[in-house]
Amino acid sequence: MNLREIQKILNAEVLVGEEVLDQIEPRCVCGSDLMSDVLTFTKEKTLLLTGLTNSQVIRTADMIDLSAVVFVRGKKPPPEVIEMARKNNLPLLSTVLPLYETCGLLYMAGLKGCSGLSLTGR
Amino acid sequence: MSAPRMSLDFPVTGGDFIAAGEAASKIKKTLRQLGIDAAVIRRVSIASYEAEMNIVLHARRGRLVLQVEEGEIRVIAEDEGPGIDDIEQAMQEGFSTASDLAREMGFGAGMGLPNMKKCTDEIIIESEKNLGTRVVMRFLNK
Repeated sequence: MNLREIQKILNAEVLVGEEVLDQIEPRCVCGSDLMSDVLTFTKEKTLLLTGLTNSQVIRTADMIDLSAVVFVRGKKPPPEVIEMARKNNLPLLSTVLPLYETCGLLYMAGLKGCSGLSLTGR
Repeated sequence: MSAPRMSLDFPVTGGDFIAAGEAASKIKKTLRQLGIDAAVIRRVSIASYEAEMNIVLHARRGRLVLQVEEGEIRVIAEDEGPGIDDIEQAMQEGFSTASDLAREMGFGAGMGLPNMKKCTDEIIIESEKNLGTRVVMRFLNK
């Protein structure tokens, strides 16, 4: 599933990266406001869902090559943070949905988490 | 340890949340230019970034030093700051003395040092109260 489809599912506003939405296909999704956990529990080509909107989100994305960031609860980062993402070629989206609903919609659409863990068949 | 083939210094300023992460970002770019394996770069990047955030959050000033040699990468994080009271306690997941501001930035949950340890092949932490802290992180690159 590419970012264009994700954007449609979440009815998200595109803040950066309109021109690359069709090309980027995240492999898994992580929802967190704690960047230390994002650094540890994600793999490559991860889409991050977060309510945090400061520059450290962009730094974190840079450090571990996140595919894109979706800000939840209608949040939007300040212009200087958006500019930083543009320089790093990091797509940014914003949805009015809270984190739980955002996760749920993407999970139902077939996007899995980063852990690879499953509790079925216990 | 043999003399490093390459040694680079990246200064870090305490309390500067805008620049926080720049040093780690530069380290990552340097390793990429050197053609280092992507999985190793990821480990070094995460550990360097956490180390840099620790300096920004806790210390007055400091620096990251990147040393690259055959088969090994080292990142040394040293600062002038309050020092760590009890290193063993600081290594425990969830233990934190960070401010609310740190938490607002998405850090300060007591995961920094444990994360750094997970990413490294060896980590040595030396600290002196009211003087500062020095962390040596070794990454094997075979």
